[in-house]
Formats: sequence, structure tokens, C-alpha cells
Amino acid sequence: MTILSLSKALNEGMRKAMEDDPKVLIMGEDVGKLGGVFRVTDGLQKDFGEDRVIDTPLAESGIIGTAIGLALRGYRPVCEIQFDGFVFPAADQIITQLAKMPMRSLGAIKLPVVVRIPCGGGIGAVEHHSESPEAYFTHTAGLRVVSCSNPADAYTMIQQAIRSDDPVVFFEPKRRYWEKADIDTAATDWWTPLHAAKVVRPGADVTLLAYGPMVKTCLEAATAAEDDGRSLEVVDLRSLNPLDEPLIMESVRRTGRVVVVHEAPVNSGLGAELAARITEECFYHLESPVLRVGGFSTPYPPSKLEEHYLPDLDRVLDAVDRVFGY
Amino acid sequence: MTTDASRGAEAPPELVQLLTPEGERVEHPDYDIDLSPEEVRSLYRDLTLVRRIDLEAVALQRQGELGIWASLLGQEAAQIGSGRALTDSDMAFPTYREHGVAWCRDVDPVKLLGLFRGVNHGGWDPEEHNFHLYTIVIGSQTLHAVGYAMGIQRDDANAATIVYFGDGATSQGDVNESFIWASVFNAPIVFFCQNNQWAISEPLEKQTRIPLYRRASGFGFPGIRVDGNDVFACLAVTRKALEAARTGQGPTLIEAFTYRMGAHTTTDDPTRYRVASELEAWKLKDPIERVKSYLFKNELADQAFFDSVEAEADQLGADLRRRCLAMPDPEPLDIFDHVYREPHSLIDRERAQFAGYLEGFRD
Repeated sequence: MTILSLSKALNEGMRKAMEDDPKVLIMGEDVGKLGGVFRVTDGLQKDFGEDRVIDTPLAESGIIGTAIGLALRGYRPVCEIQFDGFVFPAADQIITQLAKMPMRSLGAIKLPVVVRIPCGGGIGAVEHHSESPEAYFTHTAGLRVVSCSNPADAYTMIQQAIRSDDPVVFFEPKRRYWEKADIDTAATDWWTPLHAAKVVRPGADVTLLAYGPMVKTCLEAATAAEDDGRSLEVVDLRSLNPLDEPLIMESVRRTGRVVVVHEAPVNSGLGAELAARITEECFYHLESPVLRVGGFSTPYPPSKLEEHYLPDLDRVLDAVDRVFGY
Repeated sequence: MTTDASRGAEAPPELVQLLTPEGERVEHPDYDIDLSPEEVRSLYRDLTLVRRIDLEAVALQRQGELGIWASLLGQEAAQIGSGRALTDSDMAFPTYREHGVAWCRDVDPVKLLGLFRGVNHGGWDPEEHNFHLYTIVIGSQTLHAVGYAMGIQRDDANAATIVYFGDGATSQGDVNESFIWASVFNAPIVFFCQNNQWAISEPLEKQTRIPLYRRASGFGFPGIRVDGNDVFACLAVTRKALEAARTGQGPTLIEAFTYRMGAHTTTDDPTRYRVASELEAWKLKDPIERVKSYLFKNELADQAFFDSVEAEADQLGADLRRRCLAMPDPEPLDIFDHVYREPHSLIDRERAQFAGYLEGFRD
């Protein structure tokens, strides 16, 4: 067992993938000598060389576009987009090329490209450094979208994403980079499949659906709710496209009440998709409407206001109160 | 607003030409080429056959058999010259107009029609031909090509990449990023810009104030302008640039100066934005006529040869038409194929649901 932070777990996962497969490359801005602005790729260039850990020019479309070309040549590039708000210059290459080229080729082409994106707020950053753009990508057919919430998942999911023959957008909760956990890096029998959700805290009264940075918030909310005699089940979605619907629906049928929690704006967010699907699948099991807790329908605010914008324990509990009000 | 036309002005552009529009061979100190009569006849055949493929496709569109077609008329020499410069291990990344390059890469012409007929988005295996799929979004493929070239570097392979794009594409961010990447990583790539003077309705002046080939120097690699209607010059210049790429000398930008003699696509109407006299002037520089003159003047081919190529073109056109009409329509459930390589629960469920829905209409 090894105690690893979430960022170090990603680092170890990528190291393992690079050792296992010489075709795995790391690309991005400052990923080499510096080891990334969050040090997620720390030491990899030193050990694997500049041909495999590539400090790129500062152009996100170029990162993804050239990664596609490398994948066409048989490589497995893992691209780092330095911050969530910087992914948009690359959006055309991701949405128009990376997601669609395999289908365009009638299956002749595979593009095993991973796009790592540190996401979410809570670190007091300037504009464009705290966003949650996952819904843009879950809406895009051809991409797989996942988000880890803890070091153990970070370690396993990054390796599974790299091994996938489909493109994967991989969201990393940046404010959880420093969370630590004890990880068994020697065994693999404890691994969860990449696209499986997990019940991270069982409960009977309400299902909280969350992913990435909000999983910890929901776990804290569940602990607090215990004092009120409410038993909250917390589901870590882990995979945002595809969704692990069997596990989600099973939980909802047991509890009959659902609150979806994400940092991204509620409007047209992933919560809307979850609410619609749950309503279709579990209509007669529901005791109340599916409620959503998330960011407001505003741009991400200046950091002095982010504690009001971001869902926290109290806003989650407020929604829990409301699902009991029907 | 007035602009000072002299600002940024430099010496007039130079053009590499080895065969004049009148079919006269001219020498160039840096780019010479020694072609056997057989090779020249073969180039003539290529040029003639791809023009026929193109003509047939335009006709098929006019008769409703294709939704749209992007004609290469006038650009045959640029495409055949550069396409024939490639070795089997080189990789080409086209736009949607590179039917002549596809011909050089042995892609069955009927496979080019799939996307224009609407039966698929791209119907050939890029790896089988070392010819990537057509890319419709302007300039995106330049980055793919550079990434591929970086892969060639890492494989230590004796190969190069060529990427095609037009004058309009040079305004795209991706194209400029690809120049930077290629330069910084010294990637084995040839940027082949077919400057056909028009980006749909926008003339070259809307894209640039300097000759396009001169852009390269700002990125740190050589740029050269070649007569894009001269198949000899296109072959010689591309061959040299590819060899430089293969031997570690990095990228080259080739600007093939040519003219889009037809419309942008079959939906376009060039009479709205350009004068007829321009087309007439370029007709005098036709890429095929000059090779024909050269062959005639030098007695390298007789009438029987030209007749046989014509007959072959007729047969190719008829065959293309017949096979286009015979192309099967895709099945409704094909919508769900190849979206992902690995199983995807949502796609699988939607496919099953739609199959059930369709089943409901069966008697």
C-alpha cells in the first residue's frame, strides 16, 4: 500500500501506462521540465525523455490536432489542457475531429487519445481557471467522458482511459489534487470498470448523484444529515458518458428521492439529463421531483464570490430538505 | 481608409516553371527533372483521367445522383505532380478536393463519391492507401498531418507527410499552429497549398497581403511558389521538398499557383463574384493542354496514343457512373455503427430501441 495524493496517483497511473506501452505519450503546455502547473506529470520527462513527454507550443488546438495525427500513426497521446477554461480553442479539434473521425472512417481509424482537464473551482483562481465544461463534451457523440473524485480512482481510471481505444475526456477535480489515500498499486483485483458508477456511501432515504469535486461535498452532507436522522446514499457517477444507468436507477428505486449535485451551471447541465432519464425509468418510484444543485446560470464569478456560487454542504442539505417537502 | 500599398512590399514573387503554357521546356537552376517519354505520357494519362472523373462527378450531381461535388477542374497538374512525387510510405492528408491525389494513391474513384452521395462520410481505409480521409472543416488536417509526421520521427521511418490545403485555409488558426509545430519539432512534412485564387467568393486579397509562400520564412522554414498548372514543376518541387523532409531537413511550404476553373462546389455560382475574362485568361494556361503540346511538338506521342487515353477516359467515366448508381444506400441501423470502438451502453440501447421501432412498421 502507498499513500498518494490525487495528483500523484494520476502521475503514478500515467507512469505505469508509459512503462507498459511504449506508444503512450504525454503532451501539453509545461508538462515536461516543470511537470505541469499542478505537477501531475512531475518527473515523467526526466524518466521517459522529451520524445515521449512533449512540451508543446502554447496552442490548445495544436495539442489536440497533433495528438490526433500521432494516434493515426499508432501512438496513444495523453494531452493535458492546462485549465478547464483553456479547452475551448481545442473544442473544434475535439468535437469535429477527435470525436467523429473514427465513425467517418467506418471504423478503420481508432483514436486512443486522452484529454486531461483539471476542472472546477474552489482554489481562488482568476477567470477561466475554475470552470466545469463537462456538459459540452457529454453532449458530443464519439467521446467518452469520465471524472475521478479520489486518489484511488485517479490511479486506476487514468490507466483505463489510456488503454481505451476510444477518445476519453478525463476531468480532474483540481481542488482535490492534494487529497490523500492509501492505494494498493500492486494489485488490480480491486479496480472498478471505467464506466461503472459506485455507491460510495450507502443510504436509504435520498440518493445524491455527484462526480468529481462534489463527491466529497456530498459525503460531508451525508454525514451531517445523519444527525437529522436522514440516511443519504452517495453515488459517485465516475463516468459521465456513458452513464451507469443500471446502478443509478437501482439506487433511485430504493430511495425514491434524488438530488443531483455538480459545480457546472444547472441550466442544461448533466443534472438535466439525469433528471430526465430518472423520470423516464423510475417515475412510479419517485416520491418527489429530481432536484438539482449546481452553479448559477452566470459566468463563473470572481473568486471572492465563489463560495456563494459553488454548491456546498448547506446547499446540498437545503435540497435534501426540499425533496422531503413533497 | 487608405492603405499605403508600398508597406510590406517586397520583390515580385518568383515562380518555378519547367513547362510553359505553350508546351516549351524551360530550365530552372534548382529544380530540374529528367522524365522519360513514357513518364510524360503517363502524367498526361493521369491528368486526363482525373479530369474525366471530375467531369463525370459534376454530371452525376447535375442529375441528382450526388448531393454536391467539389470540382478540381484546373488543379489537375498541382495534384498529379505532387501526388506522383510521393513514395508508398509517404502519407497524404487531403481536403475534400484532392481527387487527383486520391487517384495517385490508388483510391478507387467510386469511393470518393460516397460522401458526396450521402451514403457515408468517407469510404476508404486511410492506412491501406496512405491517403487520409477528406477533411471538410478548413485547415484541420494540417495539424493531423504534423502530428503524423512527429510519429514518423519517433518511428525513425524513411517517410514524409504531405498535407493539402487552399489559399483560404492559410487564414485558419490551425494552419498557422501547424506551421509552428512543424517548425519547432522539425517535422518531416510538406505543406502543399493550392492557391486557386478563390475561397468560394473571396479573392486572395481577403486572405493575405503577401505572396503565400513567403509566410513560411516567418515560421522558420523555406517556402516556394511553383506554377501549379505545370505538372513537371509540381513534381520536381514536391519531390525535392519530400526528400528534404525525409532526410531531417524539416518542413517546406509549397504554394502551387493555380486557378479553380469551375465553381467552388456544384452549389456555387461564380458569375456572382468574378469576371468571365479571368477564366478565359487561365484557360490559356491549362495544365493538360501544355503537356499535350509538349508531347506533340517533341513527337513523344502520336494521335493513336491520345485517342487511346480518350477511350480509356470514356470507359472510366461510364464505369464510374454505373458503379455510382449501383452504390447501395446504407441501412437505418448503420447510424449507430463505429461511433465507438468499444461497447457503449447508450448507443447499444438506442440501437435496440430504434430497431424495435422500425420493427413496428413491418407487416
